[in-house]
Amino acid sequence: MSRRVPILAITAPAALVAAWAGLASLGLFPPSLFPHPAAVARGLVEEAASGRLLNDAVASLFRVGCGFLLAAGLGVPAGLALGQSVRVREAFLPLVNFFRSLSPLAWIPFAILWLGIGDPPAIFLIFMASFFPIVLATSAAVAGIPSVYFRVARDLGLQGAALLREVTLPAVAPQVITALRVSAGLAWLVVVAAEMIAGRDGLGFAIWDARNGLRSDLLVSTMIVIGCIGIALDRVLVGLQRVPSVGWGYER
Amino acid sequence: MSEPLLALTGVSHGFGSLDVLREVSFEVRRGEFLAVVGPSGCGKTTLLNLCSGWIAPSAGKVVRSGRLRMVFQQDGLFPWLTVGENVRLGLRHVGDPAARETRAEALLRLVSLESFGAHYPHQLSGGMRQRVELVRALGGETDLLLMDEPFSSLDYLARLRMRAELARLLREQPRTVVLVTHDIEEAAQLADRVLLLSDRPGRVRDEVSLDLPRPREATHPGVVAAVHRILTELGLETER
Repeated sequence: MSRRVPILAITAPAALVAAWAGLASLGLFPPSLFPHPAAVARGLVEEAASGRLLNDAVASLFRVGCGFLLAAGLGVPAGLALGQSVRVREAFLPLVNFFRSLSPLAWIPFAILWLGIGDPPAIFLIFMASFFPIVLATSAAVAGIPSVYFRVARDLGLQGAALLREVTLPAVAPQVITALRVSAGLAWLVVVAAEMIAGRDGLGFAIWDARNGLRSDLLVSTMIVIGCIGIALDRVLVGLQRVPSVGWGYER
Repeated sequence: MSEPLLALTGVSHGFGSLDVLREVSFEVRRGEFLAVVGPSGCGKTTLLNLCSGWIAPSAGKVVRSGRLRMVFQQDGLFPWLTVGENVRLGLRHVGDPAARETRAEALLRLVSLESFGAHYPHQLSGGMRQRVELVRALGGETDLLLMDEPFSSLDYLARLRMRAELARLLREQPRTVVLVTHDIEEAAQLADRVLLLSDRPGRVRDEVSLDLPRPREATHPGVVAAVHRILTELGLETER
């Protein structure tokens, strides 16, 4: 598990890059349609040196951070409320499912009309993408808590805020963390699309800008950065699953 | 005679059109160990839920005095807490943290699990978990313990060991107990009195008193005689 896995994990990407380099060297396609990895690497260095790459990455991460934290901060409590009562679920679950099934990209025109260009529309779109899945997963987790835990809690005299803190929240934590992982992935997908249309900076805008400038090398280097940051975000949230008090939820 | 800690008078209960219990009456006196046996589906768990006040009876009266704790047949331990934290949560009423810590350690020692305080429940065997659950309930210093088939998920030998363990714990920390079980031998070995419920709707069909000191062995002649009597009542053995 310790030393060999990185080697294995690098082999497949290395093979892919090698195949890509081989194909590009054949010169079957013009470089503007199929850039060589070396050109992409040069583009990456160039963008990093100019500071534009860092700037764009920070802009995108800021938007994802705001939208996602807002969605989690409101979505988890909303899910807890929904999970408590069958009647509240009956009333709101169809709506939650409706908005969850509606692609957040469909909101782009309204996002621009209402909020203009820049951070606010992107944050809005990220919120729309991640809020509803978090609500749904949290409410399902609460509704699925075995009743035995609440009976034990009653015997122990746990009520109100103590019951929420000691029983409800830890009982749903594993499922909520999984939902946060999925939503963070969605948020990262959406920010790129949002910035392509409603951005003046950010990695999505960098993609669009490279396309307009016919810089396919920069297009690919930005894609690589987007993918790598996506993996890193997921790793951070996976780390939450290693907290001992939620480890039970990932056993068996 | 000491006053009854728990008294059921003409208690009936149903879920919708399903009659589960009919006209059940009994009393449990302080310090007594009452076992309730019966075929599965006869309303044993419902009876315990009525005793605990988790549900209210459709008819009749349940009178309780004092506090109670329940021991469940499936994992009632909180999986997000370590064994030690579970036991300490059962000692919430102990205000002083140092005293709580001492008491938690003593409870774990009582079931020889003092070295497992930092383990999580899923890292323990079923029998070990059930022992933790027992001492967490004992930690409550409550008058009444309600046990819902606490050993039914264990294999036969582990069940025998847990019976002995429970009898020993009760000698050291006397409690009033209502044990619901389908295991007739378990009931006869542990209880002062065994109530035999009929098929659904459950009624008290027979009552067997065991005037034997506790703890006792499973093969004690008095225990064997009580098992025989219950099995005879159920039509599974014939009069000798």
